[in-house]
Amino acid sequence: MNGWSALDHFLRIDPRDVGCDGAMEVLHVYAELAAADPEAARERYAGVSAHLEACGPCAQDFEGLLAAVRDSAF
Amino acid sequence: MASMESAVDGDAPSAPRLDPESAEWVRALGDSGAAREAALARLHEVLLRIALGEMRRRGGQLRISGPELDDLAHQAAADAMLAILTKLGAFRGESRFTTWAYKFVIFEVSTKIGRHHWRNPPVALGAEDWDRLPDRIGLEPAQQSQWRDLVTAVRNAVNAELTERQRRVFVALVLDGVPLDALVVELGSTRNAVYKALFDARRKLRAVLTANGYLDHDTARRS
Repeated sequence: MNGWSALDHFLRIDPRDVGCDGAMEVLHVYAELAAADPEAARERYAGVSAHLEACGPCAQDFEGLLAAVRDSAF
Repeated sequence: MASMESAVDGDAPSAPRLDPESAEWVRALGDSGAAREAALARLHEVLLRIALGEMRRRGGQLRISGPELDDLAHQAAADAMLAILTKLGAFRGESRFTTWAYKFVIFEVSTKIGRHHWRNPPVALGAEDWDRLPDRIGLEPAQQSQWRDLVTAVRNAVNAELTERQRRVFVALVLDGVPLDALVVELGSTRNAVYKALFDARRKLRAVLTANGYLDHDTARRS
């Protein structure tokens, strides 16, 4: 990837992105669905999935929530 | 972009009947006397376990350890407990009660880590070192020959096109490397507002760099 394509990638946004508040509103539902079927979660909540791809802090929270859901399943 | 203002895409979660365990949590927390006290103690225990686990999970990325880490976990659990009790009536059973509760404590962990950043920040806010830009966007040192034109174009676009708030957020997050949750604390803002400022800044910068011929029109239209 050259410099301009790297910049292009860096500046790219996804119009489906629901933002942090939108993602947080359903993150508990998304996490349970993702624990059972990640692809179904991405399909049903495409805007949440787009947000988690772009927002490091919300992705970090999601990973933590997913880990907690999986740990508590055993 | 409409999505950023709307709540959530996809099907809105329905409100199913609570599973028996979740129903018991809600009943006990809404109870009085010894039953409620026991539920509160159990909830605190669960939240603290999740907070400690989350702090340790993030441990490698933090400059926090030992008693300080434990203290932040205790603070996160206590604040999450208050938030959960305040919002208990909003729990509609779209997930298990515990998953809903975990969300609060994990968010509190992020908030505590964001606040903690300013105790010993690695880079001063506003340093604005534009030479960091290539590294931030993932350019290899071997591509250094491309840096100057790229940095100049982005810097000019940032100065000419962004609002003062968008510029401040872009410089802090991208050049200074301030974690987003730490910037939220510094600005007295919310994660959503800071993220949206960066989202809008990226969109503006991409549009102007495309219009000026630096980025490809076809690629820009696809996003």
